[in-house]
Amino acid sequence: MLVAVAVFPGTNCEIDTKYAFEKLGQEVVLVFHKEEKLPEGTDLVVLPGGFSYGDYLRSAAIAKFSPIMKAVIEFAQKGGKVLGICNGFQMLVEARLLPGAMKRNENVHFISQFHHLKVIANDNTFLRKCSVGELLNIPIAHGEGSYYIDEAGLKTLYANHQVLLTYTDENGNTQNPNGSVDSIAGICNEAKNVFGLMPHPERAIEAILGSDDGVKMLRGFLD
Amino acid sequence: MKVIVNIQLKNGVLDPQGKAVHHALASLKFDEVGDVRIGKQIILEVATDDQAKAKERVTVMCEELLANTVIENYTIEFPAC
Repeated sequence: MLVAVAVFPGTNCEIDTKYAFEKLGQEVVLVFHKEEKLPEGTDLVVLPGGFSYGDYLRSAAIAKFSPIMKAVIEFAQKGGKVLGICNGFQMLVEARLLPGAMKRNENVHFISQFHHLKVIANDNTFLRKCSVGELLNIPIAHGEGSYYIDEAGLKTLYANHQVLLTYTDENGNTQNPNGSVDSIAGICNEAKNVFGLMPHPERAIEAILGSDDGVKMLRGFLD
Repeated sequence: MKVIVNIQLKNGVLDPQGKAVHHALASLKFDEVGDVRIGKQIILEVATDDQAKAKERVTVMCEELLANTVIENYTIEFPAC
């Protein structure tokens, strides 16, 4: 599988993301934001974490107009698989590839810690290796990760199994770190080829460093 | 011509920054403050004398980039000067 990881000015998780997919035996290419095309034969595009364009105006507000994003949007609209992690998730909502919007964390703090997540839906490529209700321990690191969607939008998300992950404590009880609607940590689009989550699975791939639960998630994209 | 864009979170969308500042004001004994909402102001210098035309263009700028209309409202003003 060929994984294209997009790199914007201010992106800082591209090497971790590359390392994670290479550890799983995949070919990874870093693609600079000024490129207008994705590499021939790209199977998965990853928009990694960081602070693209210094988070000026709003997180990811400017990244969505990068030349490479035009190619990513076209790729997604043709059914290509796209994964947005943290700042990448923010890009996907700013680009309207995913519904809703991202706000400042409710406590106005930047939060960086391990957090438990509960799998809400697994009838999708991303979480097919996980079971519904399963708990995963994955780091979060964000200041603007409070997911917002209106009531009608939320209903649609649930009806289509687009709510993928919610924040919980280690026992699976809801524990909302940032004020996200319904404690939502990750969603997908209706066609289930575009995935976004605030937690960082690429930072949880070595048990010796705290958790390797991220491997299970990333494996979903492998054949 | 100078154009001022004011952007604020929509009513009903919680403003955590405003809430934190409200708490801080209360701790300084400014008890008369009932609510605080924080927005942002963007000042544009637009190369036109046609106010209607400027408003039309700045509206498109707001919709495409300056505001996230899922959660934010915007107003466009022309300061007298």
